[in-house]
Amino acid sequence: MTPGLAGFVVAGAEPHWDDALDSVMAALAETFALAPARAGAPGGGRRRTWLDTFDWRLYRAGLLLEYVTANRAGQLVLTSVGASAAGDPEPVVQPVTGWRVVQPCLFDHLPDGPVTDRIAGVIAPRALLPLVTVATTASVTSLLNEDGKTVARLLIERPVITAGHIGTAGSEARIDLPPRLSVTEVRGYPGPARRAARIMALAPQIEPGAPGGSPEKALLDEALAAIGTRAGNYSNKVDAKITADMASARAVATILLTLLGAVEVNVNGVLRDTDTEFLHDLRVAVRRTRAAIKLLGEVLGLADDVLDQFAADFKWLGDVTTPVRDLDVHLLDFADMTAQLKAAKPTDLDPFRDFLVQRRAREFRALARALRSPRFGQLTANWRATLTAIADGQPRRPGKPGKGAAKPALPGRPDPLASAQTAGGLAIDRTRVAFRKVARRGGAITSDSPAESLHDLRKRAKELRYALEFFAPLHDKQDYAAVLGDLKRLQDCLGEFQDTEVQMEEIRALAEAMLSAQAASRGAIARTVLAMGEITSGLATRQVGARDAFENRFAGFAGQDGQRRMAVLLHRTGGAA
Amino acid sequence: MRIYATYNIKGGVGKTTTAVNLAYLAAADGLRTVLWDLDPQGAASFMFRVKPRVKGGGRALIRGQRSLDDAIKGTDFERLDLIPADFTYRNMDLLLDKGPEAKQSRKLSRLLAPLAVEYDAVFLDCPPSISLVSENVLHAADTIIVPLIPTTLSVRTLEQLTDFIAGFSGRRPDVLAFFSMVDRRKKLHREITEELSAKRPDVAATIVPSATLIERMSVERSPVSAFAPGSAAARAYRALWTEVREGLD
Repeated sequence: MTPGLAGFVVAGAEPHWDDALDSVMAALAETFALAPARAGAPGGGRRRTWLDTFDWRLYRAGLLLEYVTANRAGQLVLTSVGASAAGDPEPVVQPVTGWRVVQPCLFDHLPDGPVTDRIAGVIAPRALLPLVTVATTASVTSLLNEDGKTVARLLIERPVITAGHIGTAGSEARIDLPPRLSVTEVRGYPGPARRAARIMALAPQIEPGAPGGSPEKALLDEALAAIGTRAGNYSNKVDAKITADMASARAVATILLTLLGAVEVNVNGVLRDTDTEFLHDLRVAVRRTRAAIKLLGEVLGLADDVLDQFAADFKWLGDVTTPVRDLDVHLLDFADMTAQLKAAKPTDLDPFRDFLVQRRAREFRALARALRSPRFGQLTANWRATLTAIADGQPRRPGKPGKGAAKPALPGRPDPLASAQTAGGLAIDRTRVAFRKVARRGGAITSDSPAESLHDLRKRAKELRYALEFFAPLHDKQDYAAVLGDLKRLQDCLGEFQDTEVQMEEIRALAEAMLSAQAASRGAIARTVLAMGEITSGLATRQVGARDAFENRFAGFAGQDGQRRMAVLLHRTGGAA
Repeated sequence: MRIYATYNIKGGVGKTTTAVNLAYLAAADGLRTVLWDLDPQGAASFMFRVKPRVKGGGRALIRGQRSLDDAIKGTDFERLDLIPADFTYRNMDLLLDKGPEAKQSRKLSRLLAPLAVEYDAVFLDCPPSISLVSENVLHAADTIIVPLIPTTLSVRTLEQLTDFIAGFSGRRPDVLAFFSMVDRRKKLHREITEELSAKRPDVAATIVPSATLIERMSVERSPVSAFAPGSAAARAYRALWTEVREGLD
C-alpha cells in the first residue's frame, strides 16, 4: 500500500453526498472493474478524538495529537504537519489503555511512551484537553485491470462528529461531515491510480481536498468549524485588532476588551482547576489591564472616579488570585527544588509539599468564591459595557463599576472619539515615555543601589513591555522582535533578582506557619525546615548572580544600540514617520 | 531481512505453491515481504495476476542498469510485493556467467542487499535446475525450503543438496525439507514420510497433502491460504510457515 495519491472531498449539502458518490463509482466503472477490497486492505471504522492544550501548543508546533480507537484498542497518534518540504515524517504511535478521553489529562499524568516523550516538553505544564471526537467509517474498493488484478484502491471515509468538547455546538453534537475520497496507488502501477484520480476530478460535486496541505489537518479544521470554533483561537498574547489610524480611545477600548476576553475565557479552567496556566493567564490579563488603565486609561474619556473604581476592582481581582499562584509556583518548582538539595534528603521536604498542597486547597476555595461572587460578575459586565460603547463609537454612556446604571461622561471633558490623536500617535508617545523611564532609572543604578531600586526598575520595565505588547500590531515585526528580545533579557534578570527574594521570604513565612501549625512531629519538622533553609541558600546564590548580571543586561537594552533600535521601532510605527 | 528460497532440482514438486503461500502468510503475520519469481515460466507471477515482464529484462537487472526496486509490483495483499518473472530469465545463467569466477555465484546476493531497507522477508521462487542461478540462490538464501515428493529418488536429491551446501566456504544456509503432494492413501508415501521425518532433523514434521484446492490456485489466481483459509491445505502451509519461523529461533 502506498500513500494516498489524490484526496477529494464531496461538496454540497448532505442530502446529495450519496448521489455524488454514486456518480464517482459509475464513472470509475467505465474504466475499471470494481470489487470490494480483499481482506487485509485498510478499511473498517475508527473513532478519534483530537487533543491539545487550551492554548493550542501542539497545533502551533505543527503537531496533531489524536486518541484513536479501532477494534477496541486505543492509541495516541502524533502527526507532524508542514514540518518540512520533504514531506511529513511517519506518525508516532503509542498504545494506551484506560485513557479517559472526555477528561483533561495533566502532562505529568500521561502514560510513558514515545508520544509522551515527544510532547511533554511542548505542553508542560498544561493539561491535554479533548477538542472534538469524530467517528469515521471507511470502505475500500479495489480497482481491477483486465486480469482481475488490483491496480489502485479507492478509500471512502465518512466522518461524523460525535462529540464537541469545545466550541459552541455542545458535547452531544452529532454532525455529519462531507465524505472523503482518496485513491491510493498499488506499487508498480502508477498509471491506473492517476487515471482514476483524473476521472474523479471530473465527477460532479467532487472537489480536491486539502490542496497542498495535510488531510488530517483539513479534517480537524473542518470539524472544529462545524462545532463553532477554530484552532489557535486562544493565545496569551494581546493581539488586539487595532490599526494605526484608529482613534486612540477606540484603540485603547479594543485593547482592554481583548484583555477582558482573556480574563473571562480563563475563568472556567481556573474554577475546574484544569491546570495552573489558566490562573496564570488570567492573572497576566488582569495585570495587563491594570497597566493599560494606568498608562492609557485617560484617553477613554471616563470620569476619574469611574476609572479609579475599575482600577481598584482589578487590583482586588489580582490580589485574590495571588496566594494560589504563589503556591502553584512553589509546587511547580518542587521537583527542581528537591533536586538541588545536597545536605538534606529529598524526602525531608515531603511535609513541606503536603503543607503547600493543603494550603493551596484552602486558598483555592477562597479564590473560587471570589470568581463566583457578584462583585466579579458585575466588574466584568460593567467593564465590557463601558468599553464596548467606546469601541463601537456609539454615544453610549459608560457605566460605573459595581453598579448596573450607566453614568454620563463628565461635562466639559473632551469627547474621546473626537480626539485627534490616533492609536499610532498614542503608541509612539507612551512607548517613548516608558522607555525613557526605564533608561533613566536603570542608568542611575550602581552596585551600591538598594534592592528597591531594582524592584522599581522591574515595574517600569514591565510597563514598557506592556506598552509594546498592546500596540504590537502597529509595529514593524522585525523591529519589534529586536527591541522585545533585549527587553526580555533585562526583565529575566530583574525577575530572577526579585523572584528569588520573594521566594526566600515566602519560604521563611511558610516555615513559620508550618511550625505554628505543628503539622508534624517536631523531629520531622526540624529536618524539613533545615531542608527549606538549604533551598533559600540556593535562592540567595541565584539572586547574587542576577545582581551581577544586571549591568550587562541593562547596557544591552538601554545602551547606544538599544536606543537606536527603539528609535527605529517608533520611527516606523504604523507608518507614523 | 531474511531470505527464503524454495528449491528443488526437480520440477513439479510444489516449489511455486509453497513460495506463494509462505510469502502470503509471512505478509499476513506483519512482515514486509517480497517474492521474486525467478522462474521464466512465471507461475508465481500468474498466481498474483501480475504480468511476467520486467522492463529491460533480466539483463538490465543483473547488470545493475535497473534496480530491483523499479521492478517491484504490489500484489492485492497488504505488505506483499512481487518481482515478476521475465522470459529473459531463461538466459540468466549466461548473464551471471560474467566477471571473476569467485563473484559469479554471489551476484544475486548483492542485488538483494538493498531490499533490506524495505523488507523483512524475501522469498525466491527458483526454476528447477542445477545451474549458476540455483547456485546464486543457495548462496543468497538464509533458509532453503525444499519440497520433496515421497519417492526414494527425491530423498537422494536432498542428500545431494545438503552435500553440495556443506562444501560452501563461509556462510551456509539452513536447509528445511518437507514432504509435499503427499497422498496418505499410498503405502509408499506413508512409509517414506514417516521414516524420513523421524530420521532426519532437517525434514519438517509438517506434511503438505496432495489437494485439489492447491491445484485450484492457478484457477483462482490466489494463494490457497487466501481463498480457502480453513482448508486442510491452508492449515498445512500455516503449520509449515510456523516450523520455518520457529526453526530460526
